[in-house]
Amino acid sequence: MLDSALALHPDVALRPERFGALAYHYGNRRLVFLKHPAMVEVVRTLAEHPDLRTALDANGVDPSQWDAFDRAITSLVESEVVIAR
Amino acid sequence: MSRLVDELKGGLDAPICLTWELTYACNLDCIHCLSSSGRRDPRELSTAEALAVIDELRDLQVFYINIGGGEPMIRRDFFEIIDHATTNGVGVKFSTNGAFIDTAAAERLAAMDYLDIQISLDGVDAATNDAVRGEGSYATAQRAMDNLAAAGFGPFKISVVVTRHNVDQLDDFLALADSHGAQLRVTRLRPSGRGADSWHDLHPTNAQQRQIHSWLLAKGERVLTGDSFFHLNALGESLPGLNMCGAGRVVCLIDPIGDVYACPFVIHEQFRAGNVRDAGAFTAVWRESELFAELREPQSAGACASCGAWDACQGGCMAAKFFTGLPLDGPDPECVGGEGELALAGVTSTPRPSMDHSKPGARAAGTPVTVPVVLGRR
Repeated sequence: MLDSALALHPDVALRPERFGALAYHYGNRRLVFLKHPAMVEVVRTLAEHPDLRTALDANGVDPSQWDAFDRAITSLVESEVVIAR
Repeated sequence: MSRLVDELKGGLDAPICLTWELTYACNLDCIHCLSSSGRRDPRELSTAEALAVIDELRDLQVFYINIGGGEPMIRRDFFEIIDHATTNGVGVKFSTNGAFIDTAAAERLAAMDYLDIQISLDGVDAATNDAVRGEGSYATAQRAMDNLAAAGFGPFKISVVVTRHNVDQLDDFLALADSHGAQLRVTRLRPSGRGADSWHDLHPTNAQQRQIHSWLLAKGERVLTGDSFFHLNALGESLPGLNMCGAGRVVCLIDPIGDVYACPFVIHEQFRAGNVRDAGAFTAVWRESELFAELREPQSAGACASCGAWDACQGGCMAAKFFTGLPLDGPDPECVGGEGELALAGVTSTPRPSMDHSKPGARAAGTPVTVPVVLGRR
């Protein structure tokens, strides 16, 4: 997923919370907990970067955490909160 | 997950979602009605007040609300209210008995976005359903589902309260939902409202609790539950969901007259946090009420502290304990370890609902079925 060009689904709204954010998909009615503030920033800015790797780097995510972020983003793609562009 | 659950237990600045009973008026007279509905309350929120509540929920980024009643479609401004919500980013899922979903209403509903409909049904056949929901209510629901299908509404939900009498029909409910292209939702029976009087006859037996747990583990992926069966997690394997009571922490109830309660199952003075008509409106109630602050404190396991299953079941449901007269820091009346049954044997009095909107002639909450009313001589 690191080389994929991604974006937040246009039907998804983010609500900031102390733990990160609530993400709600108005289309499929799924509610997802983003459990890390850095994850919220990455998800929010995905469309501004050519791929996930660049988005992680630009948001200052330590490369040792990229695998974990990759897995989390993959599950967000499965729930259509994040989509390929 | 546990750090997240701790955050949620401490309460959020706004609810994740909430239930809003639009009216106490209802064409039916279900014996387990959580809100003892029947007659409209003259203090009901006006259209303008209802729309203002929605504006507030929009600003708080409450993404969706569960609308119920009573029968919400009885309100003349029902479509105006749900239109205002869905066009302001507040998605609506509403529960209905279907009586007002005629061909025209079905078409209007089918044309709306961000709208989910739950048709209440408590039996796969008229005999089982109507015994709880009243004569003719099965046929009414059936007609509503047919009208929604004909209008091309798409997948609606069939919402079932699991009782002693329909627990063996769970597979049949799933087949019924499939045949309508619908999604099945099953929830736990609560001893709230008129349910306080019918609970002892309707609630699943201990053996049936195990049956529900196994069934949800096998079929739960396809079935919605509102996370209402977490007390069953004490049986071992955990059901999907957050496994916590969200009352006053991440959910709440707004009743037809604007009173805000901790959850839909505790319409009682003791769990009333305030009113949306108070200064500061809903936001102030949610953020500043003393009751909600208390519910967001770590809760004591009390009498359950020595039980190895407490982490799994969290002591069950506060409302179920309250209305069966059990202490809140002890076992759930349906504790799968049997502790609830033992505790119930020692209960001498139970709290009565603070409000009753049952129709005249209907069995009033608080009046035991078996005791005839004796009129004094004049």
